[in-house]
Amino acid sequence: MFNTMTRNVLLTPFLIWAVLFIFVPLICIVWYGVTDYDGNFSLDNMSLIFERGYLAALKLSVELALISTVVCLILAYPLCLILTENRRDNTTIISLLFILPLWMNSLLSTMAWQTILESNGIINQLMRLLDLPTFNMINTQGAIVVGMVYNFLPYMVLPLFISLSKIDKSILEAAQDLGANSWQTFFRVILPLTIPGAVSGITMVFIPALTTFVISALLGGGKLLLIGNIIEQEFTFQYDWHVGCALSVILMIFIVMNMLLTAAFDPLKEEGDG
Amino acid sequence: MRYIKKIYLATIFLFLYAPIGVLIAQSFNASRYRGHWTGVTLDWYTKLFNDERIADALSNTLSIGLLSAGIATILGLITCVAMKEFSRKWRATFMSITNVPILNADIVTGISLMLLFMGLGLKLGYVSILLAHIVFNVPYVILCIMPQLMTLDKSFYEAALDLGASPFKAFASVILPELRPSIFAGFLLAFTMSADDFIITHFTKGAGVDTLTTEIYAELKIGIHPEMYALSTLVFFCVLIFVILFAINRRKLKHIEEAI
Amino acid sequence: MKRELIHLENIAKSFGNLLVLDEIDLSIYESEFITLLGPSGCGKTTMLRIIGGFEMPDTGRVLFDGKDITRLPPNRRPINTVFQKYSLFSHMNVEENISFGPKIAGKSADYIRDKVKYALKLVNLEGYEKHDVTRLSGGQQQRIAIARAVVNEPKVLLLDEPLSALDLKLRRNMRRELVGINKETGITFIFVTHDQEEALSMSDRVVVMNQGYIQQVGTPENVYNEPENAFVADFIGDSNIIDGVMVRDKIVRIFGREYPCVDTGFPAECPVDVQIRPEDIKLAAPREGAFNGVVTRVVFWGMSYDINVEADGFEWLIQSTTGRTVGEEVSLHVAPENIQIMSKPQSEDEEVAADV
Repeated sequence: MFNTMTRNVLLTPFLIWAVLFIFVPLICIVWYGVTDYDGNFSLDNMSLIFERGYLAALKLSVELALISTVVCLILAYPLCLILTENRRDNTTIISLLFILPLWMNSLLSTMAWQTILESNGIINQLMRLLDLPTFNMINTQGAIVVGMVYNFLPYMVLPLFISLSKIDKSILEAAQDLGANSWQTFFRVILPLTIPGAVSGITMVFIPALTTFVISALLGGGKLLLIGNIIEQEFTFQYDWHVGCALSVILMIFIVMNMLLTAAFDPLKEEGDG
Repeated sequence: MRYIKKIYLATIFLFLYAPIGVLIAQSFNASRYRGHWTGVTLDWYTKLFNDERIADALSNTLSIGLLSAGIATILGLITCVAMKEFSRKWRATFMSITNVPILNADIVTGISLMLLFMGLGLKLGYVSILLAHIVFNVPYVILCIMPQLMTLDKSFYEAALDLGASPFKAFASVILPELRPSIFAGFLLAFTMSADDFIITHFTKGAGVDTLTTEIYAELKIGIHPEMYALSTLVFFCVLIFVILFAINRRKLKHIEEAI
Repeated sequence: MKRELIHLENIAKSFGNLLVLDEIDLSIYESEFITLLGPSGCGKTTMLRIIGGFEMPDTGRVLFDGKDITRLPPNRRPINTVFQKYSLFSHMNVEENISFGPKIAGKSADYIRDKVKYALKLVNLEGYEKHDVTRLSGGQQQRIAIARAVVNEPKVLLLDEPLSALDLKLRRNMRRELVGINKETGITFIFVTHDQEEALSMSDRVVVMNQGYIQQVGTPENVYNEPENAFVADFIGDSNIIDGVMVRDKIVRIFGREYPCVDTGFPAECPVDVQIRPEDIKLAAPREGAFNGVVTRVVFWGMSYDINVEADGFEWLIQSTTGRTVGEEVSLHVAPENIQIMSKPQSEDEEVAADV
């Protein structure tokens, strides 16, 4: 559309922006992570991950993040299949209804789960009304998973929904025409074709779930510490930036692995050259 | 099978709307304690308009949201237009750079920006929050605009040039109107992300400056002021009305289209 | 007569308020190549989808070999489809695409390997087993789609405008190959198209459709030479269609004058549509032929000329191998056997059909 000169001039602001606000900050965090208070190179802070129960927190974070991701995946597939099934009439309205809760402040709605799940909460009061046994869910790992699924389900639904709606209806008819029943159509055609969407959903859920400190603070009662909580405390209570940054660098290893995974299944790769 | 589908949809919607129902109920609860129901009141709605802390936080949230979304939209649009002109390989590289703030964890982005601002000697406050919000908003804008720009038919632009328009004029009069839906979507998404962000704001804000989310987080320990529930309820219903109007409008348009 | 394989019995189908098929009765015979021909929106694709099981008719039945299969899902019908957009599975290679059906049917690996080889040979793509389907050309994808359907040894193959996305030359080759596959495998082909040339050149029988109704069923020669109504005459080939009145058997009145023809059996003074093909009109010197007129337009097409002649206030279309000049006075001559008399539409529905 434009000549090379114009195009390069137009890209310059973004490149400067990216260097200043994406690369330099990441270098800062790595720098703090691998130096001590005198500015000398040291891996002492990194090795702290093996002490003070930090490893247990990391392990718990990975576990809960994995569980939440799997739950999101299992919930999202049928939901998206139903939503993309009839592509007319009220699908838009149902989709809008699905997006609407996102406009409620996420801190407040996570808080509301406290009210629902606590020992004298809404669910248990209902159980008592129905003479059913009550259960204690608040401040457990289960409550944190509920919070994570609630907060991050849209990130799974969106890419899955997009990749499902990209599948031409005639592809599904072709499978049926060749003798496949609904299950065979799902496992042999729909599932393989939506893997890029699922992968992008998985990374979009796994990373925030792995690194959150808010959900665990609100629904874990401050007793269940995730790696995010520990990093946050290093900055807001301990004021030990070097330790905080060192732990962040360890988190970044997971993030980079995730980015590579996403890149391998990049849905944009199929975009036509315009 | 149809019933199973309906029940499934209903269960998911119950899961999504249960906390919202609880919040709305709490905004009318006479007791200021969560989960303790003592009767219906509208007190919190009247008090809401006299609460200066909430008013401050709300104005910060709105102004940071609008400014960051606006600046991110302009920067994102320029970047998209430039990226379209590069080969597929370069474009993929640039896209993966733009995606870093989305793929990265909020906590890492927040901390890294805080370190940058402190290193630059920038006092943490309104400006640092604004900059941080632009950083994570740009990729959302690009994700919205880029697909539509890529599918845009070049011939319109070339026709405008052929008819004597300058490149800039041709862009403004032909490409920009075509892109309007995705620009609007990008702006809206950016504003929503900004208004709902807590983690990055938490790390890049200074003492004395609060947005709604950081104000709520601060109140968590001492108990949330029910005025907050009232405010969220109001916001929720505003969006709901907007969505309903949008849906009705769409339906009408569809009917008109069918009639033709 | 061949054995009847599929019978459509009084089928009707609407989408919302839109009636897309009505009063459809049709027999389809074993091993024949039958084409559903009509303009877009005439219901031909819907009819194909009802036979395939992708749509359910509102009324009527679909009989296969005498058994009612109206409510049988597509995966349980001995019928396969070649889709308009090919609809190949992009995550599978050529071999995996073709073996999809036999694998679902639980066939042995050896059987599948042989069958895939045979199917690829049938469509002239031997050795393409490991190719990526998304990197094949349109014509090649089309062939794979045919192989993927044929490999299941269906009794019937449904083809939904399968050639519409190919370029002209490829389309001509594919026509020949499709007819070849039909003859070699003995599978009944039900072919949908809006291209009359395709329909005439490939089919054993043509079903001409418009606005949800079957207009005429017959061999290609039959529907071209003896159209039953003005729509068929106009849709298939070029035609001059004139209002006329039947005076008595073998005499028709056009533009106030009586001419001999060969049709009989119409009541006296009955209004009719008179069809004359452009290539059946001979140009002669002024006043030698039946109608006198002036040449108004001449278009050269390579093989022939399209010549417009205005005579009696009617714009005649004539195809001729010799050119004329605009303004020239000519006369037109038509042999009696080339004047085709058609009855005017009786019902309102037919009227609607004829208007298009």
